[in-house]
This record gives sequence, structure tokens and C-alpha cells, in this order.
Amino acid sequence: MAKPATKPNAQSSAAKPSAAKPSTPKPGDNSVSPDELKSFYRTMLLIRRFEERAGQLYGMGLIGGFCHLYIGQEAVVVGMQSTIDGKDAIITSYRDHGHMIAAGMDPKGVMAELTGRSGGYSRGKGGSMHMFSREKNFYGGHGIVGAQVPIGTGLAFAHKYNGNKNVSLTYFGDGSANQGQVYEAMNMAALWKLPVIYIIENNRYGMGTSVERSTAVTDLYKHGDAFGIPGEAVDGMDVLAVRAAGERAVEHAKGGNGPYILEMQTYRYRGHSMSDPAKYRSKEEVDKYRNERDPIDHLKARLVEQKILDDTQMKAIDAEIRKIVADAAEFAQHSPEPDPSELWTDVLVGV
Amino acid sequence: MSTNVLMPALSPTMTEGKLAKWHVKVGDDVKSGQVICEIETDKATMEVEAVDEGKVAKILVEEGTEGVAVNTPICVLAADGESVSDAPAAAAPAPKAEAAPPPPAEAKPAQAAPAAPAVAASAPEPDYTGKTVKMTVREALRDAMAEEMRKDGNVFLMGEEVAQYQGAYKVSQGLLEEFGERRVIDTPITEHGFAGLGVGAAFGGLRPIVEFMTFNFAMQAIDHIINSASKTLYMSGGQMGCPIVFRGPNGAAARVGAQHSQCYASWYAHCPGLRVLAPWSAADAKGLLKAAIRDPNPVIFLENELLYGQQFDVPEDPDFVLPIGKAKIERPGKDVTITAFSIMVGKALHAADELAKIGIDAEVINLRSIRPFDTETIVQSVKKTNHLVSVEEGWPFAGIGSELAALMMEHAFDYLDAPVKRVAGLDIPLPYAANLEKMALPQVDTIVEAARAVVNR
Repeated sequence: MAKPATKPNAQSSAAKPSAAKPSTPKPGDNSVSPDELKSFYRTMLLIRRFEERAGQLYGMGLIGGFCHLYIGQEAVVVGMQSTIDGKDAIITSYRDHGHMIAAGMDPKGVMAELTGRSGGYSRGKGGSMHMFSREKNFYGGHGIVGAQVPIGTGLAFAHKYNGNKNVSLTYFGDGSANQGQVYEAMNMAALWKLPVIYIIENNRYGMGTSVERSTAVTDLYKHGDAFGIPGEAVDGMDVLAVRAAGERAVEHAKGGNGPYILEMQTYRYRGHSMSDPAKYRSKEEVDKYRNERDPIDHLKARLVEQKILDDTQMKAIDAEIRKIVADAAEFAQHSPEPDPSELWTDVLVGV
Repeated sequence: MSTNVLMPALSPTMTEGKLAKWHVKVGDDVKSGQVICEIETDKATMEVEAVDEGKVAKILVEEGTEGVAVNTPICVLAADGESVSDAPAAAAPAPKAEAAPPPPAEAKPAQAAPAAPAVAASAPEPDYTGKTVKMTVREALRDAMAEEMRKDGNVFLMGEEVAQYQGAYKVSQGLLEEFGERRVIDTPITEHGFAGLGVGAAFGGLRPIVEFMTFNFAMQAIDHIINSASKTLYMSGGQMGCPIVFRGPNGAAARVGAQHSQCYASWYAHCPGLRVLAPWSAADAKGLLKAAIRDPNPVIFLENELLYGQQFDVPEDPDFVLPIGKAKIERPGKDVTITAFSIMVGKALHAADELAKIGIDAEVINLRSIRPFDTETIVQSVKKTNHLVSVEEGWPFAGIGSELAALMMEHAFDYLDAPVKRVAGLDIPLPYAANLEKMALPQVDTIVEAARAVVNR
């Protein structure tokens, strides 16, 4: 058996060696302010409630086609988003609603795209899997497994070409991690020292196939070893662990040291899409994550323990989030369908 | 306020299902995300989670009930503090459920799609009367790139062997020296990866020229060309333009066998959201490549290896640019129209000379732009000649000639004195043997025979 690489990038000073275990923040880590913690909680809860509502609208037949929910994975995107600024690029797969909300896109516009209405981010022409916001530097929303990885690498290329200090957060799942184009992109990113952070959201199943059944080396953070890309495994259910690892990765990339891999060990509570009964895993497994590892419960307990929020304040946040989501759902049901003339617009620029 | 929980649709096609099992009973407190029941569809049994919080006030559909229609209220949740008996009766679903509009698709009869907008004709090609200079297609392509790169700092070239090697076919000769390695970039041999990277760079505001050593290798990258480059503008409601040029030699070269000898014109021309250009002369190459680089859309630029070394007159004017979407009448004639693109234009002109010897006056049209397609110029020609021969190197089935035949049925049916004739590559993988290769591709003789057949002379 091949000896696993332990030092992926010895030259890089900013790089930490591959961690064998998920990294957790040190006790007493105070780089996250109470206000930020509150904001993490609020955004994670917003994503959770938004997704539950999307599931409901799907059930009512208001959302069509495929709909992939992010429930359970909220800490990943919320923690990472806190490490970048508005000029950094973000790109992900079709499980994208959480990323858009974390990037500051309006839940109304996201929900209205899910219902295929003119008020949606793509004016109803993209759907759940294809949404974008130039304003928020959110580059989609891609329906082809793994395609966003070279594109995200290209966004990093543009940053480097323009000589700015921005990075590209390129998210993909454990399912994409076996796509050839991912490695083609990693090779070029390492070769040209592109400021891209590959965030592998390892929720343990690519649709119904577990990582163990699809991937020869299941430590996905090691998958950049062949290109000398440093990587680490991160507890993706802990927003503070994500934040800490994200800061290391962003510092590395912004320092001109090239790409970085973060394997976020996370879990999706729902099926791959709405029509997936998820029979490939046990109820006990799902319940264990929900009951013992839930990222929102985890942070809530911390907020209470550190007396940052009391019960009344928690309830106020809950009510505020419910209102935002209810308003988004309301908007998404009443925004008109796109005008028939939209059929022929946006095929080519200037035509 | 109480809320009704409705029978959910659990797949894109579900209309009804069986309420297999309740996990809660009247009086239970329910939290968001809690599994409240199981629904059996024709495909699977799935758990239904509560979205709203509250106390179960009533169960409206008993477990074991089959054929429950989607959107039927199945239970009532009373809100925090509300008495369970305050909840509305089963027969009176909460107004919220009624307010929910039915899925839009069922709401109205199917609307007829509006017709495609008329494509505004591009400005006609200006007559060029200025000075010209002799140059090869290879030099013309290089000059087009160099001029546009001098003009716009966002334009860069990437591809295999484009920099230090000066291009596998020497098309990018001198560009590294002038523009440096930031803008002339050798890639690894990873077409899928660097095509996707180029698309990302275009989304990020740059204007990449991606060279494929040949278009045969672009099949590895076609997902990014179609799914990422051509569709994203539409899918983003107009936000994500992709100004990128994919260029390189297309079609048969000489004795390189089936995998390296294929014409992709009809493949790309099939797709909305792309422009597809195929120059023949050096002037075409220069004028169209400059137009392609300036265009805000993804452009497929199909060159031909055998033409690289051919010399033509090219306008000296550095602002010489050709309009996209305009065919060119290379040789006027009155008896038969012959359309061709890329290397076949030369063969068609040669065939026209042969036809002239036997008294047939052929008009030769160089298509230049496959998408958009200059239907108008061809229709006008057919109105004059009443006969049409389409020549292409690619395969006949669903080829450019097939499209041309269909267009003539639609736009020039009454003007045709004979069926449109397609001259195309034979419907086989291209053979290696010199004699077989020659037989498999359209030759001057084939074109002459086809023209004689349609004019019956």
C-alpha cells in the first residue's frame, strides 16, 4: 500500500501540515466576537428555516424539478463567509440556497427563483440549481457535478491576473471529488499559485453512494497531495472550527501561496434531493447527527452558556427569521411568472 | 393562528400518495424539522417533516388512507398558546391553504410561445478600397490577436504550446515575446480543465482566447463550452456574460486518421448562445477573429490547418473588422449557387472555374458565419440562380447542408428548380490511406458533378 503523504507542501510557510483529525478551535479562542457569534446563529437559522420552507413549497407543487436542501450543513458556508470580504468570489454546486443567503442575497429573490417567478434572481429562467448575483460576487449555482471547480479556479485566475488580493471560494461535494476536471483544475491552481480555496463539503454521500464506496482515499483533504496543495480536515458541524480553518486558508491564498483544501466533514439531514428517500443510510445515523452534532443547537448552547443571548432574545431572533422566511415565501408565490417575451432574451449579449 | 399541514408532493411527478403512518397524535407538541408522518408514493416511502411549530390539534387523514391528493390538508397544528379546540374544523381548511395558488403550470391553458425575434441584420461589409498586403492565414490570425491584445489588457491567450513553443502550428508566433507570460500562457494538456478555467476568467471580467491544438480535443471540453459558456447568460437572467473565444484548427488535416479529422461546425451551430465562425481567406481570418475577440459572447472559431500557409490579400487598415453573421459572395454567377465554408470555399471556387468551361455560371458564397447564419444572402442568390449546392467537409446527416436545405424549403421553396444538393464528407470515420481519405472528402470533381446534376447539364 502506498504511503500516505504527510507533508503536502513543505515550502509554504503559511500552510499547516495535513491534519489527521478535524481541527477544532483552541479553548478560549476569542477571535470571534459576541456580535459575530450572534450573526452566525442568525444566518444559520435563516438558512435552516428557508430550506424547511422551500421543502414545504416543493411539497405544495410550487417549486418544480429538482430541489437540493442544505439542512445540516449550515455551519460550513456561514463560517467560511465570515473569513472573506465582498470582493472575493464564491461558487458552488446545485446545493446552493445556503450559499446565496450567506453571501447576503435576498431570500425573496432566491425563493422566487425556486418558484420560477419574475422576481427571482435569474428572473425565473435558472431555477434552484442556477442562480447568480454579480453584485454579491456569487457565480452560481452549477448543475453539472464538478464543473464549478475549473470555473472557480478561473475566477481566482482573474483575481491574480488583475493583481488584486481577492480569493475564490470554490465549494464542491464529496461526489465531485472524483471528477477528473477537479484534478485538472487543482494542477493548474498549484502550478500558477492561484488564490483559490477548495472547500470540499463532505456530507458522506454523493447522492446514494457513500464516500467509502466511491473513493479510494477517503481522506479528501489529501487529494491535493499530488499537486502539493496543503489540506486539512475540519469539523464542518462546528461553525467556529470552520471559521478558524477558513482564516488559515484565506491567509494562505491571499499571501500568494496558491490554493488550499478544506475538507469540511459535515452531514445533510435530508435526501440528496426532495425525491430521495435516503434509504442508503440508517435512521440512527441521521438521528445521531441531528441530536448530537447539530451545528445550530451547538452554537445556541454556546450562546446561552456564554450569556450572549438569553431566552427572550433567542425567541426574538426566531420570530424575526420566521418573518423573513414567511415574507420570502409570500413573495415567491405572488411574484408573477416571467413575461413570455423573456423566452428570447439573454441568449446572447447585444442581440 | 393554526396552520394546516398539507399532503406534500415528494417528487417532480407525484400527484397523490398513501398516508402510511403518523408519528404524532393529537395533543403532541411539534417542532420544525420533526418527522410527523410517512408518505408512500409509487417510488418510495418518505418521511414528512413539520415546517411550523405547534401542537397537533386534529388529524384530518387517518393513517393507511390511500390516494390522498397533493395539497389536501392532513392535519392541523395549533399555534403556541392556542387552545386545541379553537382550531378550525376539518371541513374548513385554514385560509392560508386556500390562499396558496395552485402550481402555475395547471393554472392556465398552455400559452403559445412568442415567435423568435427577427434578427437584425448586421451592418453590411464595407467595401474595402484601401491598400492590401499579402499574408498567410497563420499571420493574419496572429496579427488579429496581437492587435486586440494591444488594444485591450483583458485579452489573453491560453492553450497547449501557445507560448514558448510559439504554437503547435506557429499561429501564436512572437506573442510571448511581445506580451509576456502573464498574457500568453502555456497550459497543461487538460482541455476540460482549462476550458472551464477560461470560462471562469471570462465570468470574472477577462476576455480569454482559448486555443485548442485542434478542435478534436475540444470534445473533452465540450461540457464547459455548452453548459457553462453558452447557457449561463440565459440561466442568470442576463447577469453572467461570457466573452470568450475558443479557436483552433477544425476538420481534416492530412493523413492523421479519424480521431484527428472531424468537422465540428454543425455540433456547435446546433446550440443557442454560441457564435460559430469559419474563415476561409486570410482577410476572413483577420477580420472575423478581431470581431470574435471584441464580441461579448462565447465564439467558436473554426480554423483549418491546411489553410494556415495559404496567402491572400489582407487590408492593411488596422481597424479592418468583419461583421459577424455576413456571408460573402466570392464569385457572382447566374446558373447555380454553391455555398461553402472554410477550406471548401477554395474547392468550390475551383469547381466554379471548371463549370465555367462547360458554360455553367456558378455563384460561390463563402458562409463565414455559421451561427448566426446569413439566410438572406443565400435566399437572394437562389432567387437568381434557382439552384443550390451546399458543400461541407463534415458528415451529411444533420449537417450544415441539412440545415441549409430546410431553410430553403422555408424561405425559397418557390424559387428552386431542383432539390437542394448536399455535398459532404462520406458518412464514415475518416480513413488513413491516401486514396481512401481523398475519396471520403469532397473534391473539386464531386462539386462539379453535383452542380451539373442540379442544373441538369
